[in-house]
Amino acid sequence: MATEILMPALSPTMEEGTLAKWLVKEGDTVNAGDILAEIETDKATMEFEAVDEGVIGRILVEEGTEGVKVNTPIAVIGEAGEDMSAAASSGADAPSSADAGADAPKEAPAAPKVAAQPAAPPRPDRSPDWPEGTETVTMTVREALNQAMAEEMERDDSVFLMGEEVAEYQGAYKISQGLLDRFGPRRVIDTPITEHGFTGLAVGAAFGGLRPIVEFMTFNFAMQAMDQIINSAAKTLYMSGGQMGAPMVFRGANGAAARVGAQHSQDYAAWYAQVPGLKVAMPYTAADAKGLLKSAIRDPNPVIFLENEILYGRSFEVPKLEDFTIPFGKARIARAGSDVTIVSFGIGMSYAMEAAGKLAEDGIEAEVIDLRSLRPLDTATVIDSVQKTNRMVTVEEGWPMGSIGYSLAAIVSREAFDWLDAPVISCTGKDVPMPYAANLEKLALTSTDEVIEAVRKVTYR
Amino acid sequence: MAARKTTRKPNVSAEDLTRFYRDMLLIRRFEEKAGQLYGMGLIGGFCHLYIGQEAVVVGLEAAADEGDKRVTSYRDHGHMLACGMDPKGVMAELTGREGGYSKGKGGSMHMFSKEKHFYGGHGIVGAQVPIGAGLAFSDKYKGNDRVTFAYFGDGAANQGQVAETYNMAELWDLPVVFVIENNQYAMGTSVKRATKSPDFWERGAAYGIEGEAVDGMDVLAVKAAGEKAVAHCRAGKGPYILEVMTYRYRGHSMSDPAKYRTREEVQKMRDERDPIDHVRTMLLDGDHASEEDLKAIDKEIKDIVNAAAEFSKESPEPALDELWTDIYADDVPQEA
Ligand SMILES: Cc1ncc(C[n+]2csc(CCOP(=O)(O)OP(=O)(O)O)c2C)c(N)n1
Ligand SMILES: [Mg+2]
Repeated sequence: MATEILMPALSPTMEEGTLAKWLVKEGDTVNAGDILAEIETDKATMEFEAVDEGVIGRILVEEGTEGVKVNTPIAVIGEAGEDMSAAASSGADAPSSADAGADAPKEAPAAPKVAAQPAAPPRPDRSPDWPEGTETVTMTVREALNQAMAEEMERDDSVFLMGEEVAEYQGAYKISQGLLDRFGPRRVIDTPITEHGFTGLAVGAAFGGLRPIVEFMTFNFAMQAMDQIINSAAKTLYMSGGQMGAPMVFRGANGAAARVGAQHSQDYAAWYAQVPGLKVAMPYTAADAKGLLKSAIRDPNPVIFLENEILYGRSFEVPKLEDFTIPFGKARIARAGSDVTIVSFGIGMSYAMEAAGKLAEDGIEAEVIDLRSLRPLDTATVIDSVQKTNRMVTVEEGWPMGSIGYSLAAIVSREAFDWLDAPVISCTGKDVPMPYAANLEKLALTSTDEVIEAVRKVTYR
Repeated sequence: MAARKTTRKPNVSAEDLTRFYRDMLLIRRFEEKAGQLYGMGLIGGFCHLYIGQEAVVVGLEAAADEGDKRVTSYRDHGHMLACGMDPKGVMAELTGREGGYSKGKGGSMHMFSKEKHFYGGHGIVGAQVPIGAGLAFSDKYKGNDRVTFAYFGDGAANQGQVAETYNMAELWDLPVVFVIENNQYAMGTSVKRATKSPDFWERGAAYGIEGEAVDGMDVLAVKAAGEKAVAHCRAGKGPYILEVMTYRYRGHSMSDPAKYRTREEVQKMRDERDPIDHVRTMLLDGDHASEEDLKAIDKEIKDIVNAAAEFSKESPEPALDELWTDIYADDVPQEA
């Protein structure tokens, strides 16, 4: 049967091209793979091959013709001895080939009817994190993280921990202390120093049905593994149409420690929080560290869990409960107040709380919100608070551009513009690499004094 | 490229030979059709065809057992067809339709099938290699004897994460077969312009991994090497490297002006080393099949491919609310 050969699209962006040269003439017999013509695209001159065998019946577009639209019939091919005049006469404007024309994909309607789900649930969740009257114990963030992993490994055999020095050395920061003894080398695995490789390997293990916890000695080194975290772990559920994803936790120390300089002192909160497909937690207290890490390990998605070396040794009250978890996307009101809303997370909370204490001495009552998780983000609690205080200051250690604070300022100006009595001020790390000198390092980080100053500005006091 | 071993008598049944012929032909015709649909604008973006390399996946799938896993790069259509995925679902993913394996959200380079243990379809050169080792890790952890095939190109073989993965795979005795599909080019860069150590399989020795080079245009040689590699892995001896010497006839992707090699080089391969012609000749010369038998197979394949193409055009584009699904495995609101 005679079929038309159509002007091909030879690149993702090609809409038309020049039929530079015919390498066959009417009557020629061609085999699959023979070059029929040279076609000039926007990028290059390309050879156009026959897909089927047959005899060239008619050439419909002369060589040298410019601006030939993709899908225009350029020749007719058929079997030997066949009369192809009919197919040829169907001409350029009536695509008669079985494949063309009506079957082309329909144009997408201009405006999608489906919008994103609303960014914030209407009312904040104010339920207590644990029942009133529950006994608590004082423990460090380090102990809380250790307990969370131990409990979850006890609960589920598919959970395992891998990373540098996590097993025999007991953890570079001793978070995994005792886990090797308790769970053995099958489940607590020392890796070579090979972040890109072991992160990819852990993603594969998650695809294979396990629940890896990947410890980065610090998150600075996870930049070597960024591709596997974002392209493989975060995006696969979507790219597979929901068939498979990577239920796993990436955890470790994040942000500035003390005097370790530019390459070892970066806060990645805003980087990860930008990525759809990831969940991101950054706890401040030991209770949150424990409850959120347990949730992270159970979560069916990849979770970035950002810890802080300076906080590891700090002590907080943790409830004595059989099975204690904190959900993602639920902020904690760390201190109630009516004059200004201070929003922070992670170690930023220590500045926020100290500032709130000092401000109270001057009669300024700050409401301090600990976000705890950055994705999903509890914007409902923030907006609710701003509608009460009419002012907001954000606090974090990361750089200003694209920070969590800047995002919150945009969300609040969109959702609560009419309630704001002052511009939002974001206290962030300075827009510089971290210096080593003690005095400069102090300057590069945000501080309690900066938070106090920002609050005075927005409260005009 | 290693010379074809002419001395070895193929120890293979007529039934197997016929199946290999059929499976390779399905890939070839499918890819030709994909090329056509691309030319018509029904397939967009990047589309990397597997034509010329068919014996690699068909030979290795013949060495695999139920439950074994596979993962590869963006040049993945052949792997999917060879492991039994439905040509309709694959083609419909290429056209970005609802009936595609990823509901149209993955495309040519990003397709998966949990059912067939096909773990992608990865667009980042080399990323699938540690993932393959991780799949093998999961089987070892669970204590079964499944094997994973991690396929990658000669270009990918120079990625740092491949070296990192070799080291861990051997350290932990992971049951993974690393399959280097050496088609001699990474886009426009020939192997000799990319490395002075062009025998990729030998690099395993630096990590203590055994391996060998295989004639990838001979499906029986690939199958035999695959069986050896799989036996090694199943016996708990750790990973194995197969460097399969092959060739792609088409451009790197659809928009490849192919100025880095001559027409004659390609034509010579097609004429002298074509993996499908090779099996066809064996079938006819060994009186395992007649011209009519093969014609019937050709017709059957043509029908399958045409049906896949029809399906890929008729299947609707994904519903608009699909934009917002499958981002999280649970219910998480997205920023509006
Ligand atoms: C990390 C990364 N770098 C570059 C590219 C662009 N790119 C896509 S395919 C390719 C060539 C890879 O060649 P090879 O590994 O030999 O595989 P083949 O295409 O021959 O199957 C390049 C450079 C990419 N996708 N990912
Ligand atoms: Mg290659």
